[in-house]
Amino acid sequence: MKREWRMPLTILSIAIFALFIWWAQNHLNAYYIRVLSTAAIYIVAAVAYNLINGVTGQFSLGPNGFMALGGFTVALLVLPVSQKQIVYFLQPLIWPFNSFSLPQSLFIVALLLAGIVAAIGGIIIGFPTLRLKGDYLAIATFGFGEIIFVLANNLISITNGALGIKGIPEYSTLMWTWGWAIFSIIVVSNLAKSSYGRAMKAIREDEIAAEAMGINVFFHKMLAFTVSAFFAGVAGGLLATLITTVSPSLFMFTMTFNLLIIIVLGGLGSITGSAITAVLFAFLQELLRTVEAPIQLGPIHLPGVAGMRMVVFSLLLILAMLFYRRGLFGRKELSWDLILSIFERKGEGVGTTWKKEKMKLS
Amino acid sequence: MEKGKNEAILTMNHVTVVFGGLTAVNDFCIDIQRGELVGLIGPNGAGKTTVFNAITGQYIPAKGEIFFEGREITGLKPDRITKYGIARTFQNVRLFSELSVLDNVLVSYHARIKSSFWEAIFHTPRYLREERTFYNGGMELLERVGLAEMAGETAGSLPYGQQRRLEIARALATGPRLLLLDEPAAGMNPEETRQLMDFIKRIRDEFGLTILLIEHDMKVVMGICERIRVLDYGISIAEGTPAEIQANPRVIEAYLGEEERENAEA
Repeated sequence: MKREWRMPLTILSIAIFALFIWWAQNHLNAYYIRVLSTAAIYIVAAVAYNLINGVTGQFSLGPNGFMALGGFTVALLVLPVSQKQIVYFLQPLIWPFNSFSLPQSLFIVALLLAGIVAAIGGIIIGFPTLRLKGDYLAIATFGFGEIIFVLANNLISITNGALGIKGIPEYSTLMWTWGWAIFSIIVVSNLAKSSYGRAMKAIREDEIAAEAMGINVFFHKMLAFTVSAFFAGVAGGLLATLITTVSPSLFMFTMTFNLLIIIVLGGLGSITGSAITAVLFAFLQELLRTVEAPIQLGPIHLPGVAGMRMVVFSLLLILAMLFYRRGLFGRKELSWDLILSIFERKGEGVGTTWKKEKMKLS
Repeated sequence: MEKGKNEAILTMNHVTVVFGGLTAVNDFCIDIQRGELVGLIGPNGAGKTTVFNAITGQYIPAKGEIFFEGREITGLKPDRITKYGIARTFQNVRLFSELSVLDNVLVSYHARIKSSFWEAIFHTPRYLREERTFYNGGMELLERVGLAEMAGETAGSLPYGQQRRLEIARALATGPRLLLLDEPAAGMNPEETRQLMDFIKRIRDEFGLTILLIEHDMKVVMGICERIRVLDYGISIAEGTPAEIQANPRVIEAYLGEEERENAEA
């Protein structure tokens, strides 16, 4: 496949997809729009999470914390002042958030700030914890998520505590959520494919060897962690303005667990794999509502059990670990070359292409 | 005398490395001249690899200092030391096994990148130019070491001998002036070993390298090293040309054991 074709093909398919999103926003019912938006938000969060866990190989358990930072930031920025007075009845909201709210036209600013706040959180947490390896990093980042949860419950004059913030304007349209989903896929996969991404993958493969080849290990872990936190923050912000309410319990460890299922099933290190499983996950979550309803199998009556869906997902995860450890895509990316190779079946190695190019030049 | 020729590229002064109560390397001193091919030998556990790890910054010496091209590098981080011009291979191959052969080499170019990660994400012309330069440099290098055909293969799928060769190529890609090879012939058959010896001599000349190598295979050490240093229990016990080392009774005792010496004498 000719190199020059890839870019136009990608742009064309994004354009067609954009048309679909525009059509969906105007013609689908609220339920489907909600599911599609949730899928897009899962994409943003999962793709970002995969950068640190899959590409860089650092087992973080903190994305729920970063999403919380982003979610509360957006909520505080866009909640109308009148609504703020109603919501914060336990303790008044602190200055300056009580005196202003960003209009819808500045929603993008709110989302970017959500990302930046989360990224700063990432830097602060990354400094001490990214020196840790493996299990220790996982435990430390898990602790971070819990700290955010406790803070969100207790800083009542900022977060309104366990009651959460209600009445957030519903700004997250399909255009916003899918726009960010596509943007995050492009940014993260470009980063992963770049020289910086190679350095991150080298760290995943062998940290000592990477360092001996001149890679500044700490800087690259930090870079992955911060970019990851930024998008997690944005995802949190989008979620807040989709479901119009945030509370500490929204960003509990379950959120991280969902994302972990997505990136493991999609293939650790495969950005497009995460994106596809994120969509599947969002839809499956809805389809599997049936398993939580009471079921009548002939004479046998099974009562509905709330949380049954998570059991199904956990089973899926266990099965994947047992029989399909590399997930849907392993470390491959869905690309035009991959799609075409299914039809053609005769690939050229990098070496032969290079030789041909060299011959053309001389 | 020419100044550049006689100036030591690496100087280690009284370097001591301690792990808890164990002194792995004791009062180690060496001067390596530019262009030399020096061997470091000694029985298992003599502290050879520890010397390498001290030079490359994996371990910080308890005492002593290390100079590279007149600049002190003691206690610097490994990536800094590599950027100054020292590269190494590992005793047990440590390739980035899931990455392609080409990517393994390209990782080593990354330390030289000038574009920021923003430019890398948004594919600015400067980044694309740099990436192109890396790619061409990497392929050129793979061709010189005879691995260009395998550029797209996963590094972990290469036969063992080629993995060793790729490790050397990866080290060369950092653009070193001093190359440290840790048992490059380990696990190779006689034919592969012979090829490796030619290869080491060739890269030394082609890349203008100074080489310090650890090796157990005496054929390799005696065949290509101009000067040999012998370590035993962290202490230097001899130094000299291959002929001198082969005749040195202390070396024979440490290396081959008392019994072997008796056999040799008989």
